[in-house]
Amino acid sequence: MGIEQKAGNMGVVTTTLEQVVNWSRTNSMWPMLFGLACCAIEMMSAQASNYDMSRFGMELMRASPRQSDLMIVAGRVSRKMAPVLRQLYDQMPDPKWVIAMGDCAACGGVFNNYAIVQGVDEVVPVDVYVAGCPPRPEALIHGIMTLHEKVKKEKLKTWA
Amino acid sequence: MNDTLQKAVSAITEKYKVEATEFRDEVTLVTPPEKTIEILQVLHDEHAFDLLLDLTAVDYWPEEEPRFHIVYQIYSMSTNQLLRLRAPLSGNAPAIATAERVWPGANWYEREVWDMFGIRFEGSSDLRRIIMPYEWEGFPLRKDYPLGYEEVQFSFNKEEIMTKKPHPEDRS
Repeated sequence: MGIEQKAGNMGVVTTTLEQVVNWSRTNSMWPMLFGLACCAIEMMSAQASNYDMSRFGMELMRASPRQSDLMIVAGRVSRKMAPVLRQLYDQMPDPKWVIAMGDCAACGGVFNNYAIVQGVDEVVPVDVYVAGCPPRPEALIHGIMTLHEKVKKEKLKTWA
Repeated sequence: MNDTLQKAVSAITEKYKVEATEFRDEVTLVTPPEKTIEILQVLHDEHAFDLLLDLTAVDYWPEEEPRFHIVYQIYSMSTNQLLRLRAPLSGNAPAIATAERVWPGANWYEREVWDMFGIRFEGSSDLRRIIMPYEWEGFPLRKDYPLGYEEVQFSFNKEEIMTKKPHPEDRS
């Protein structure tokens, strides 16, 4: 690795385009505020100071879908809310990812009835499911780490 | 029963020939639906029942006939008295006059009763669904409305449940 040794002394590293782009995407993923129900409390506490999510690059949560990359669907989605959810997902620019946080977003949770969408993947495509009712902030952060690993494995061909 | 409440209840029972029952300090008047609004107006004007606490309905199908009971809970702030009125209604095209003339805030309660039970309120200024989406068909809280649940997935029935979900081709 001759060039790395020589270039390293000058402060230069070699890498691939994929690695750089994926690394930058994971380290600056901004979540969208989509706390619908009780899971929102755990999402807020994961963002707050004790279980800080800012150290992973999620410095702030944007309420506007146009300015965010990651949609954390936190809470139960009712049938009245499902078209709204889809519209917000469509308004997010690529690249975008979705985390279904909690049991209600993943599979309908305890609510198996006419009014709640049984799993938010009936409406938007989901990348990571985080189980729990509600999942602890550490569980949500673990879900985000899993998403980071998934993003780091993305290839040039699948970029939007 | 308290004196002030007794006075109001006796005035109503004598004038309109309705029954009053008492259970553990709670007084209930069972009124026919045609006279209910008049009785509520009298209670509001003459006996100072100025706060409508709640307006809901109960469905007793199939055990009891008439099927629906509309329940009004009213409260008098100046004399601190609670009173309940029940109006029995039968199931085919249930309708009753609106309580909006007496308390304008009854509008949202009536919208909820319309949404969940299908009981029409005549004279209401704005009767449309408030909880379910506007184009929803059916009245969810009636006892003959299906639960609408999805079967629990196990490995033996996973495939057939997956084919019924929307976008089955996107799932693994």
